[in-house]
Amino acid sequence: MEHFAPLSAAAGGVLIGLSVGLLWLASGRIAGISGILGGLVPAPLKDAGWRLAFLVGLPVGGLTGYWLATSLFGAPSLGLPSIEGGLGVALAGGLLVGVGTRLAGGCTSGHGICGLARLSPRSAVAVGTFMATAASVVFLTRHVL
Amino acid sequence: MNARRSLVLPILAALGAGIVFGLGLGISQMTHPEKIKDFLDLASIPSGGWDPSLLFVMGGALLVAMVFYRIGRPPRRPWLSGTFAHDWRREIDGRLVGGSVLFGLGWGLVGLCPGPAIADLSLIPAEVIVFVAAMAAGSWAVGLVRAARANARVSAVPAE
Repeated sequence: MEHFAPLSAAAGGVLIGLSVGLLWLASGRIAGISGILGGLVPAPLKDAGWRLAFLVGLPVGGLTGYWLATSLFGAPSLGLPSIEGGLGVALAGGLLVGVGTRLAGGCTSGHGICGLARLSPRSAVAVGTFMATAASVVFLTRHVL
Repeated sequence: MNARRSLVLPILAALGAGIVFGLGLGISQMTHPEKIKDFLDLASIPSGGWDPSLLFVMGGALLVAMVFYRIGRPPRRPWLSGTFAHDWRREIDGRLVGGSVLFGLGWGLVGLCPGPAIADLSLIPAEVIVFVAAMAAGSWAVGLVRAARANARVSAVPAE
């Protein structure tokens, strides 16, 4: 457990919950990232503003959080995020995630946080399925192949 | 609420929510693919190498979100819009399961899901830019195919 940092993990989770709550109480929207991104195409233009605003906010907060994790919460420094396997893996993985989340109607945030928080049976099935699949892939790539 | 306010305030609320969401991802370091893979690597539990961080993140987020969803429910209304827009579907179908399998394949392969990938754009790693572009293209392609099919169905209905 070299990287496990429970304090920064729980604090980050609470912030994500607050974001979900803010978007819900203010605009009545589900803070599912794949849905916010996917809903841009095809969509009426008047609906694009809030989606783009949320998507611009993510990296702004991400950069600040990247710095706060180590400086304020004492989490171990992990350096810059990178994708193992390079550009080919990034391309294939991106397509799988994009197509899959659109078909399933949600990802880790939409089904995993918003859906489970609303006790949606659809989301419970989705979360169980993508968690089990992803864990199998990691088992294969780390321990078998 | 006048017209301009009703246009600008939801955008500012979404910007604020996006910043707080990104902060949460950054502080919890869910923006790092190796941390996600260290969580998904259940075979590492016996050796003590497992990283349960993601459970703490999801647990904290879930508890807080549940409180807000209890507060904000019909017949109340959101502060800035007319209705709560929620997916009320209940059926569990092939799309839900098949889509989740595809998503799981990509998530396990790379260690990034949509939120962290977009949050990582601020750090400008080339692979993440390719990942996000492919992710958007995949999602939008499905959306366009669906819209085209829906149009075809509409125009296939003979005019009276």
